[in-house]
Amino acid sequence: MVLKIFYPQCCNLANSGLLIGSWIQGHNSAVVLAVVHYPFIPGQVKRYIQQIQAQSGVKLSVLGSWSLPSEAEKGVENFLRDLRTIFPQDRWLQISRKMGQTGFNCSILDRSQPGKEAAQQKATEDEDDEDNEDDEDEDDEDEDDEDEDEEEETEEKKEETEKEETEKEEEKKEKEETEKEKILFVHYDQRNVMLSQLHPIQTEELDPSDSELRQVFQIVSLSQPLFLLDRYDDGPLKSTHWQSGGQEASIIVELLKMASVPLCLTISWFFSVWSRICSFCSNSRLLHLLPLNFLCSKLSTCVQLSYRSDHLRALSSPKTAVGHSEFMRKANVLVSILVDMALGFLLMYWLYSDNHISMLANALVPAADHVAKELEELLQWLMGAPAGLKMNRALDEVLGRFFLYHIHLWISYIHLMSPFVETILWYGGLSAGLGLSFALALLSDMVALLTFHIYCFYVYGARLYCLKIYGLSSLWRLFRGKKWNVLRQRVDSCSYDLDQLFIGTLLFTILLFLFPTTALYYLVFTLLRLLVVVLQGILHLTVDLINSLPLFAVALRLTRFYRLAEGVKFSVLCDEPDTPLHLLMEINPLSCASVIKTYRTPTYSCYPKDSWTNLVKKLFVGELIYPWKHKTIKTD
Amino acid sequence: MEGESFTDINGTPIFLDCQSHSTFCREFTVTSPKVPVTKVIVFTCSIWLLAYAVFLFTEDTVVLTSAILITLVSMMLYVHLVKVEQETLFIIGSLGVQMSSSYASGRETTTFIELNKIKDIVINEAIYMHQIIYYLCVLLKDPSDPDAVSSVVPLFQSSKPRLNCLMKVYRSCQEILSKCP
Repeated sequence: MVLKIFYPQCCNLANSGLLIGSWIQGHNSAVVLAVVHYPFIPGQVKRYIQQIQAQSGVKLSVLGSWSLPSEAEKGVENFLRDLRTIFPQDRWLQISRKMGQTGFNCSILDRSQPGKEAAQQKATEDEDDEDNEDDEDEDDEDEDDEDEDEEEETEEKKEETEKEETEKEEEKKEKEETEKEKILFVHYDQRNVMLSQLHPIQTEELDPSDSELRQVFQIVSLSQPLFLLDRYDDGPLKSTHWQSGGQEASIIVELLKMASVPLCLTISWFFSVWSRICSFCSNSRLLHLLPLNFLCSKLSTCVQLSYRSDHLRALSSPKTAVGHSEFMRKANVLVSILVDMALGFLLMYWLYSDNHISMLANALVPAADHVAKELEELLQWLMGAPAGLKMNRALDEVLGRFFLYHIHLWISYIHLMSPFVETILWYGGLSAGLGLSFALALLSDMVALLTFHIYCFYVYGARLYCLKIYGLSSLWRLFRGKKWNVLRQRVDSCSYDLDQLFIGTLLFTILLFLFPTTALYYLVFTLLRLLVVVLQGILHLTVDLINSLPLFAVALRLTRFYRLAEGVKFSVLCDEPDTPLHLLMEINPLSCASVIKTYRTPTYSCYPKDSWTNLVKKLFVGELIYPWKHKTIKTD
Repeated sequence: MEGESFTDINGTPIFLDCQSHSTFCREFTVTSPKVPVTKVIVFTCSIWLLAYAVFLFTEDTVVLTSAILITLVSMMLYVHLVKVEQETLFIIGSLGVQMSSSYASGRETTTFIELNKIKDIVINEAIYMHQIIYYLCVLLKDPSDPDAVSSVVPLFQSSKPRLNCLMKVYRSCQEILSKCP
């Protein structure tokens, strides 16, 4: 079995002392969190550990001792070894390092073998005796450290016997003994691991059979209270960890945090007033007469307004975010609202400067006139002989005149509205101050209102065509002597009377010969409607993009990539044959595509459930298509 | 550090390098040969001659500019996204297995699989176009059902070494996996 010790890089050059950390449940590994320096009082160390354990919930303990001896400290080794008796642990790690040497040396002392330290060494200089004590071999069967290299100062002071073996003898030993413990040091950057979040995010408590790395990350991130003790504190303990040089913080972040509290209070007060007004409106009987709810659910501006107000209400709640997902969600929403408003202000600046509004207003009415004229020409063309097809004159005239009258009504309506267009545009442009998404939603609504006649034409054409198709299919079955059995949902044969057959065939012929005319009108108006739908769809997609893009997460991935971790990667730091293996664990950041997929803010638009084949089938049969149906959010 | 030359399934020579950092930690690197200069020259010249031929007919310099841009962009994309220079398998007993590919532009992608998710490392057969090839893969187990294989992660996908090379890697991996449960 390999014992894995996760060692922070900041403690590589720490002075000698005690190792504070945690054993990982279910795996043969330990995480070192800090080094508490000598001189200390063991009772105070124990009290400190209990205090931190209560604050953080992490099962802390003294793992062992660390010694990096300088010239002044000679007797530290023995002292640290003797501390074992004061801190009763199952296993005691003794890690030491020489200045100028890359590798560490480690030995493990087991509780069941008190005082017996069997440190095996490989003789690099061959200076000591090479006796093999076989009885000590058997004694140390279940608790062995396979470590190489002498601890230089303790050599003379050691009371226990030392073993020096060459490689061959060690191999023989491996075959003889049942268990050998190898040691692996994994160095990690404490600050990065503390701030990082492993994906996929799991919210449940970790069980011991779970991933070891997840437990390491969780232990380090929960031990934040341990890292608040820096070297300038006047307390009884001195420790080394990533923040022992002093806590760092940004003044801007702290000021923003302090400023956010009154801001959140004002926004939440504002929303409580707003919701009171809304509930008053919906409860008052007068407004029940108007189909306000239906209208609000159809206009995308109202939907966007309710969506954003939901977000702002969630943001302005005084509770801080619990957990990583909630924090990211709030941050993404806030950044998206700010970017939205910034873009909206840019748009406003462009609109209200250089008289753009009057230019737009002056261009709008002639554009509408032009569209109406084109439609009239189209209808005249259809009433003639379009594309060489010969239409049924009577039906043609009826349908053509009906649609022409509609266009005439619409043109008069536009002309009626033309003096107010500029004012409407001016006030509509103000909505861009709320955000670019509102301006786009308003634009989409205006497009829908202005092309309402095209929608009407489409509905008329589609209904006529649909009726025709059903009539034709039913009469065709009659023509062949069959009938649709509604009970069995299949086609059955049926014997018709003579007069039924006669009328049926007559109607069938009429419908069949009128079919091309209706089909052509239907085709033309469906294409126009689809054009409008595509335009509205582009606007809605843009609004959806602004709403759902997790800009904060993307910025975090680009600047502080260690916070969003997909996994880890290892590289070898030191693999000298006489020291344990040292690996460096670095954080493997999440790819940008996964960042966007994981942190997308859910929006209200639901994309059409129909696939392309279904859509074409519906168009062929004449069913009405509703491409952009909104999921309404209940605000009450 | 031992290195040996092998061939991949198409016959191009590749180089396998085994490095043993410790008794429970080994690293295998498969290096593919670099893109030969002749191929680059042939590709560039063919596109530019074609563009020049089109230019003779159309007399528009946009054709030439676009040909130059296309060649540059496609070569950069190829070097950055497609051409794998070397693939490494780093197996650490009792921790897990790490696979990394380094591309010709210096970009490196790494994946680490923890030991509790690994069921086994095996050599599998696959039907690849008109031939049957062997590939080394890692079998992952489902946390809910430890006996079933939830997915298969193939190793050395770009260099595609042959069976003799794979056997060497396989034997080394099995030594380590069997020692550390």
